[in-house]
Amino acid sequence: MPSTKRLAAALVAPLAIATVSLLSLPVMAADRSECIAPAKPGGGYDLTCRLAANGLLETGVIDSPMMVTYMPGGIGAVAYNHVIGVRSDDPNLIVAASTGAAVNLALGKFGKFTADDVRWVGALGVDYGAVVVNADSPWQTLDELMDDLKKHPSEIPFGAGGTIGSQDWMKAALIAKSIDVSPRKLRYVSFEGGGEALAALLGNHIKVYTGDLSELQSQLSSGKIRVLAALSEERVPGAFADIPTATEQGYDVTWPIWRGYYMGKDVSDADYNTWVERLKLLSEKPEFAKIREARGLFPIQKFGPDFDQYVKAQITDFKTLAQEVGLTQ
Amino acid sequence: MFDFIIQGFGVALTPLNLGLAFSGALLGTLFGALPGIGPINGIAILMPLAYTLGLPAESALILLAGIYTGAEYGGRMSSILLNVPGDASAVMTTLDGYPLAKRGLAGPALGISAISSFVGASIAILGLTLFAPLLATVAVQFGPAELFTMMVFAFASMSVMMGKDPVKTALGAILGVLIGTVGVDSGTGIQRFTFDIPDLYDGIDFVVLIIGMFAISEILLMLESRLQHGKTGELPVIGRVFVTMKEILYCKGAMLRSSLIGFLIGVLPGTGASVAGAVAYTTEKRISDKDNTFGTGDMRGLSAPEAANNASAAGSFVPMLTLGIPGSGTTAVLLGALMLYNITPGPMMFSEHPKVAGGLIASLYIGNIVLLLLNLPLAGFFARVLTIPRWALVPGIVILSFVGVYQLHSDMGAIYLMLGIGILGYLLRKLNFSLATIVLGFVLGGLMEENLRRALAISGGDTNILWQSGISQGLWAASLLLILVPFLLSRLSKRKAQTA
Repeated sequence: MPSTKRLAAALVAPLAIATVSLLSLPVMAADRSECIAPAKPGGGYDLTCRLAANGLLETGVIDSPMMVTYMPGGIGAVAYNHVIGVRSDDPNLIVAASTGAAVNLALGKFGKFTADDVRWVGALGVDYGAVVVNADSPWQTLDELMDDLKKHPSEIPFGAGGTIGSQDWMKAALIAKSIDVSPRKLRYVSFEGGGEALAALLGNHIKVYTGDLSELQSQLSSGKIRVLAALSEERVPGAFADIPTATEQGYDVTWPIWRGYYMGKDVSDADYNTWVERLKLLSEKPEFAKIREARGLFPIQKFGPDFDQYVKAQITDFKTLAQEVGLTQ
Repeated sequence: MFDFIIQGFGVALTPLNLGLAFSGALLGTLFGALPGIGPINGIAILMPLAYTLGLPAESALILLAGIYTGAEYGGRMSSILLNVPGDASAVMTTLDGYPLAKRGLAGPALGISAISSFVGASIAILGLTLFAPLLATVAVQFGPAELFTMMVFAFASMSVMMGKDPVKTALGAILGVLIGTVGVDSGTGIQRFTFDIPDLYDGIDFVVLIIGMFAISEILLMLESRLQHGKTGELPVIGRVFVTMKEILYCKGAMLRSSLIGFLIGVLPGTGASVAGAVAYTTEKRISDKDNTFGTGDMRGLSAPEAANNASAAGSFVPMLTLGIPGSGTTAVLLGALMLYNITPGPMMFSEHPKVAGGLIASLYIGNIVLLLLNLPLAGFFARVLTIPRWALVPGIVILSFVGVYQLHSDMGAIYLMLGIGILGYLLRKLNFSLATIVLGFVLGGLMEENLRRALAISGGDTNILWQSGISQGLWAASLLLILVPFLLSRLSKRKAQTA
């Protein structure tokens, strides 16, 4: 049956070509720079890698495209273990990280490894937490919500896109803590991602959503939600300028969600500095501001040792908080 | 009011966008057909490309939406031809699709599935155009408590699949639920059954599960039959190639009902095409399977999940376009693509970006027609995949699966897990378990648990929340009816037989 064989070959060939071309991307790029997104495609870590990859290439800081690969598993733990165990001296590899990774490190969720087992390179953007209620909600200001929370700490359902102990939960916990309410008393509902939590807020199933500022823009302009406070140090310019910070309303809560990168521990100082310089250079380019804004991120200036200290200080804070609320012993 | 749609067709019918819709549909079919590369990964792989090519927002979205809908068409191919679902939503397609192929009706089966997909998608796109804002306000009424009762309803409707061996069906579903409990607990962040292996923290990936269960076990069965009989069980290739009008009309009820079910389920946040396919299939079996032919190669049993899959894919655009809330994993990725272009979908999308919203909807109409035209005549051609000897074809598919899974995880752990699941799947098949019920248990059980816990977290542990709303009450009543009515009917007919 020569004709069927030829037909079979004709069918299999395009499939094979498609697969090989998908696969050959990493092979071709053996000595090229690479960013690992420790998650499935499409999430926040993907965005973080693309921020560096597209930014560096479009502004001409690097000449050949940077490859983005995915390594989902254990909310970043698989990639953390992989980099430390297998590629600790790879000078071309950076890995996306965020405040969420710092929280997981603080809670010991990355196995036996700590923040000292990698080199923290820098952050390229930051988002801020926000306290959001439905537009029909009785609470007009953060004060009003806080008064009710003090009176009935266990009766107001909070919700967000992460589990208890995740960075989304930390926002709710810090808000409670700022008025001396134990976070353990909170009614906290965890959703699969911020979108579902927002839907639950719009349907009045939860009363308060502790989300991120940048994802709220369209809801804000439609008037369906009210943002009671931005968890930033200072007011965020642009569309969010009218939103007061929690600090200016008298509650000491800030929650920056930085998006940055780490490298393996055994990378030489020279290679490490090359990457620090690249990120620094990129952040100063005017074109980059546009790329960053398109991803809903605000500027941040933390690179090299500065960033390293920042991350480690944050982890120490989270550890203390986790102990206080009984998440860890 | 529908200016945006007219404007949208203006956008979608430009040569560039038409070409993109076409290539998106084609690529999507390919991505869907390759096990392991579903629509999510297809879109995620091509998204940066679209961005790098400097395509305008509406063109990029048209390309990506083409891939999405194309993948829903493509996923059915390996389900029907090889009993290996190409993606999550095609699991139900194997139930009647593969038996049809075994009877030499692969061509007509592919044809009926293309037509059902077209009908499902068309009805849903129409629904999207006409009722999107209205549906969005209804969708948010479905909170965790309502979604929990929805899952109760889905499990109740599975009772129809009990068939010959109710105990094994129930055990299979429970096994699926158990597999779904592996991983970090979604409520408290505590690890369950992870044995300190980081690969298990996120739970067992759906793709790893279905490829292990279906594809790896298939190759093991083939090896066994080769060793025992010296044969590899070739499928009869070609009877007829094209589907007949009679067959299409035979399925029309199934198509229409399932399209509606699929669309409505797709609109709800947090439920996807796999739930839609399951509910549509079991509903259809209940309504029209008088002679107990579902599961043995009944065209209607193939048509129902296919119509529902595609309807649900289009339905999940409703919350995305109107609320900025993704209705499925794939729309979540599309949402990310829009953000790249500085467009935040949401309530203002239709007024602020009519070109993008209209262009997208118009391109869904066009992409769907393209897919039908592409798939109908090619059904016979695709069916000839079966002329490839099975000893070459099945391993080939498995290699592609390995590649797909490794590409997604960049880690051997996922591959080992897939092999382990494959061996489990092989044993279960030898014991005559239905793999589809296991997979359904896995999907529905996870959603059911999450939503139950969320509902109870909202109410502070008060179980009354589960039957407080009208939606929940209706779903509870429907679930009770599903279980009780067949039981009562059989009692009644027995009594009649006795008195007579």
